[in-house]
Amino acid sequence: MSVTAGAHERIEVEVTVNGVPRAAEVPPRRLLSDFLRHDLRLTGTHVGCEHGVCGACTILLDGAPIRSCLAFAVSVHGRELTTVEGLAADDGTLHPVQAAFQDQHGLQCGYCTPGFVMSACGFLAETTEPDDDEIREGMSGNLCRCTGYAGILAAVKQAAGDLRASGADPRSQHQPEDDAFAGRPGGEHGPAGGDGGGEVPS
Amino acid sequence: MTTRSVGAPVARSEDPRLLRGEGRYLDDLGHDAFQIAMVRSPHAHARVLDIDVSGALEVEGLIAIHTFEDLPPRLQEPLPLLLPHPSLTAGRTQHLLADGEVNHVGEAVVMVTATDRYAAEDAAERILVEYDPLPAVVGPERARAAEHAVHDDVPDNVAAHLEQSIGDAPAAIGAAPNRLRFRLDIERSASTPMEGRGTYARWDGDDERVRLHTSTQAPTSVRAAVAAFLGLQLAQVECIAPDIGGGFGVKIMHPWPEEILVPWAARELGHDVKFTEDRREHFVSANHERAQVHWIDVGFDDDGRVLGLDVEFIHDHGAYIPYGLIVPIITSTQLIGPYKLENYRVVFDSVYTNTTPVSPYRGAGRPQGCFAMERTIDRIAAHLGKDRTEVRSVNFLQPEEMPYDFGLTFQDGRPLRYDSGDFPASLEKLKQLVDWDGFEERRAAAEAEGRLLGIGLATYVEGTGVGPYEGGHVLIEPGGTVQVSTGLSTQGQGHQTVFAQIVADELGVDLADVRVVTGDTRRFPYAVGTFASRAAVMSGNAIHLAARRVREKALRIASEALEVDAEDLELADGQARVVGSPDTAIDLKVVATLSNPLRYAFDESARIATQFANPGKEGQPPVTDDDEPGLEATDYYSPMSSTFANGMHAVEVSVDPDTSDIEVVRYAVVHDCGPLLNPRIVQGQVLGGVAQGVGGALYERMAYDEHGQLQNASFMDFLMPYATEVPSVDIDHLETPSPLNPLGIKGAGEAGVIPGAAAIAAAIEDATGVVIDAMPISPSQLHEQRLTTAQDRPGDTT
Amino acid sequence: MKPSPFAYHAPESVDETLTTLSELGEDGKVLAGGQSLIPLLNMRLAAPPALVDLARVPELDTVEVTAEHVRVPARVTHERLRTHAEATAAIPLLRQALDWVAHPVIRNRGTALGSIVHGDPAGELPALLGLLDGNVELVSTQGRREATADSFLLGPLESDVRPGELARAVVFSRPAPRTGSAFEELARRHGDYAMAGVAVTVTLDPARNVAAARAAFIGVGGTPIGVELTDALSGQAFDALEPGEAIGLARAAIDPTDDIHATASYRRHLAGVLLGRALESAARRAAEDAAAEEGTHT
Repeated sequence: MSVTAGAHERIEVEVTVNGVPRAAEVPPRRLLSDFLRHDLRLTGTHVGCEHGVCGACTILLDGAPIRSCLAFAVSVHGRELTTVEGLAADDGTLHPVQAAFQDQHGLQCGYCTPGFVMSACGFLAETTEPDDDEIREGMSGNLCRCTGYAGILAAVKQAAGDLRASGADPRSQHQPEDDAFAGRPGGEHGPAGGDGGGEVPS
Repeated sequence: MTTRSVGAPVARSEDPRLLRGEGRYLDDLGHDAFQIAMVRSPHAHARVLDIDVSGALEVEGLIAIHTFEDLPPRLQEPLPLLLPHPSLTAGRTQHLLADGEVNHVGEAVVMVTATDRYAAEDAAERILVEYDPLPAVVGPERARAAEHAVHDDVPDNVAAHLEQSIGDAPAAIGAAPNRLRFRLDIERSASTPMEGRGTYARWDGDDERVRLHTSTQAPTSVRAAVAAFLGLQLAQVECIAPDIGGGFGVKIMHPWPEEILVPWAARELGHDVKFTEDRREHFVSANHERAQVHWIDVGFDDDGRVLGLDVEFIHDHGAYIPYGLIVPIITSTQLIGPYKLENYRVVFDSVYTNTTPVSPYRGAGRPQGCFAMERTIDRIAAHLGKDRTEVRSVNFLQPEEMPYDFGLTFQDGRPLRYDSGDFPASLEKLKQLVDWDGFEERRAAAEAEGRLLGIGLATYVEGTGVGPYEGGHVLIEPGGTVQVSTGLSTQGQGHQTVFAQIVADELGVDLADVRVVTGDTRRFPYAVGTFASRAAVMSGNAIHLAARRVREKALRIASEALEVDAEDLELADGQARVVGSPDTAIDLKVVATLSNPLRYAFDESARIATQFANPGKEGQPPVTDDDEPGLEATDYYSPMSSTFANGMHAVEVSVDPDTSDIEVVRYAVVHDCGPLLNPRIVQGQVLGGVAQGVGGALYERMAYDEHGQLQNASFMDFLMPYATEVPSVDIDHLETPSPLNPLGIKGAGEAGVIPGAAAIAAAIEDATGVVIDAMPISPSQLHEQRLTTAQDRPGDTT
Repeated sequence: MKPSPFAYHAPESVDETLTTLSELGEDGKVLAGGQSLIPLLNMRLAAPPALVDLARVPELDTVEVTAEHVRVPARVTHERLRTHAEATAAIPLLRQALDWVAHPVIRNRGTALGSIVHGDPAGELPALLGLLDGNVELVSTQGRREATADSFLLGPLESDVRPGELARAVVFSRPAPRTGSAFEELARRHGDYAMAGVAVTVTLDPARNVAAARAAFIGVGGTPIGVELTDALSGQAFDALEPGEAIGLARAAIDPTDDIHATASYRRHLAGVLLGRALESAARRAAEDAAAEEGTHT
């Protein structure tokens, strides 16, 4: 159905977020990033520049990574969104991409992290056996000011291997019972799961 | 058996929460708060003639508009000069909102409060400010030329002039067999954390208290500032640093105007108020750093030994100088690096310009000092035709000379005194790591492929763990959880993990049972802040001392309960137990319960504790004069002086001979911050610093035009490196412990960034033969310089 | 950085889109991928009174490849086109150019036609419009017209979409037999707009000598600058090009300016270097194309 609304009118936007139907009434100009963060209160999606360069706001739209600061909520009515909140298992067990970020020290302040994780999920769904150059290129649309990227690149490499081993779709919620990674360390205070982050793709 | 975790590459306990999107950063709080937007000056320098708000009044969602005139008298006072200095004779600081004059693009003029940020921006856009533009002063040299003044009452634009010396540099230079004089420039850059500034305030009218969340590196100081400006008692103000999306120095500046205005507005309006800075305003209203011009005069002998060094520089501190002279003083003192300078004179002017103010950005004056010193050493080597590592070696301070007092005053007002380091050993490690001696073969191979390969190195010494103090509180709850707090805040350094490691080892508990809170004045009201690579050294040692006290108390109570000598007990696996007979043991949570004479049987620990119930000592009250209830302790660490970490970086670059495109192909780091509390976290700090160093060398500059307009106030044009721009890095560590603190540690936070520009400049120079005396450098600039060099040296083109 | 208010229209067909655009006249602005438009809106550098969102017009999704051309409607994203096997086989230059466009996540939403309409002087896609003898199809309730690069790309961030019009598709012509192409550029960071860039096509004669060559430069003028190079290269063997004259012609034809990332003189120099490299690659690919074609004939 076509839609017409005045600048200050509110439009009902219905979307499926992390498998759950959600709806809110918003004016046409509401950015998708603000819609997620402030209307749906899913604050895991972060905002770093609001002009599409930093990638902190990256989410999946029908499985493909996009910048949520460069889309209006009204434009994605009826579609499926995945945010960083939708990856870990219901019991909090980290998704293989998330676990790899912890194992490889792929985050420090954590602000850019959800964007990197979502970009990585989209990238690994398309590129299941990436080489180091492809990983660098695949992660090149996201800015991180803390890590120098080494841990992030190592994490994506690790996650690629872990996902290949489990066969899981990186864009869907982690199901620990379905794969070989159930019970892996990576809970709240697990011991070192990786090798200290020393392995860095060149 | 509990394994020792200090020194192990423990995975960070912060990570699962942050990875699941459960972090709580500033803008994740207060969804129903009113939001502010500032009308900011579009001019670098102007008088404010008139402010017409009438066009904004009809904006849907508008709550309030405030100009300088609308503020109460206390809020019309300028911000404090945080760090006064005898040489800072003309210190000027900004007002919360412009008082009739603006001195940089981005200065706040009007505060708009609305129901959300969209509406606040709508209203801000409709407020008409009439300006009378004044001539803008841009760049350190134009400032010192003083054709125009930034502040009418500082006609020479000089806020401070400071000279320090060791020996007699001019005489030593005059007598030296060799002498070089040249100029070195570093341009402006900025911390640029992924999360901008932000403040959220909640005024509780019933309790008459304000609770302030702010994205700061100094929450206790913000609390004090808010209390002072709002006329509140300290007890009425709580300040909490939530999760912080990076700081890198810029969030040590305090209070920002918004940190005062937001809680004031919350009280005035009786409603939560929030400020979430956007990226564009971050570029122009959050502080910058780095811009300095240096003139070097050096005398040296035929071995390359520096006999005298005379450095003059201008430090561009922007429109105001709230943070004092920290940055140029650090340049002055840390420029020396690992070298034994016996005749050194350094003098600087700190000048006003009509640009965004300056306060420390990771490295804080050290990258400039390192650039000045290391380019000087390279010039000496080139002049004498010597290997650059040889010239460094002859100048090194030797390990047996530690501790070494230079006779200068450091940033903390104390003597510049190196405590530890082994520079010859570090250089040897670096040469091995980067295969320095095998480079000429690699250069020849690259040349055969049509690439220009060059190598460079740079060394630095970094004063870290600057005082005056930090504190720590450690408490074992009757439930067994160990609560740890310290006052300074965290911006990604992994303090939650590292401080927990320290406590877990001291108390023999599982890491998972230790909860660390940083930057919350409700939990720990005394602190200095997170800067100068000081958190691990200062809070780490304070927490270590507090944990040791808790340990002693736990052992005492356990020894009484078990009726064994405290010296026969150990703490391990969450118990106090007899060494050698672990069956004689008592859980720490029971010890915690025993520490409080009032214990209702709410839980199992309390029931067990009654078995050990000590009737108390005869003739003594239940809590004796020298005791307190609770298994907890507070302690403080306050060092006599800073600890000095050091490091050396080597870089290989490949330059495309046709396009002058520059690629860093190899980057090696040797780093000495003493024993590593957590190697993966230290490594992460170094790698992150290196990326910022590469950014500062090849990509990032704040490009002001002559009118004081920042031409690249976006991530499209301010070129922070992506993963594709940052090289892989090889790291090796040398661990010379500091004698100054119980853990023997030295700071690591800033190290990685310091020598980047110097080392990369040296490598580009080595690859192209072009003298690199200004950074950052772009392919376009390198191209133009190569053309100029070729013209100057006909027949010497490549 | 929040956009100004705008009225919103999300029609469900091209016809409805045209009616809406016709009613809105000057006030209406089409929103496709938004990767160039929304940053401008967020910074309030643009504030159209009304947006007409193509989000609900799926009929603009399908790439058509015929013997003569590749037609790319308004909703086709960079990534969809970049990975469209048939289209990129028909015109390899599409893939070669799109590999340079921004970053993967932007390519997932940004549209090929949108970047032509946006008209950034350093955009890759606008360069192809002229080089591949392309046309933009513009439709309105009043009818349909086609525009070539020369008439459509008016200046920096300015293209000739008139009030009431929808840029419905861009059509690129397939290259002649024995043609190779290449895209070379140098940006400050990977994925940034280039300091200079060039797309070239080289067509060989059956003897593998250059029969035709042309280039289109980006980042060195207000719009892409096409340069005809046939005379400068004609008759040269594909594997022994002497591009000096072509580079000279190109450096004279372009019109770069200084900015904070590079000087005009550097851009001029760089454009020539990149042209030399692109010609070499394109000629080699043309020879491969010729060999493949001969292979299919034997």
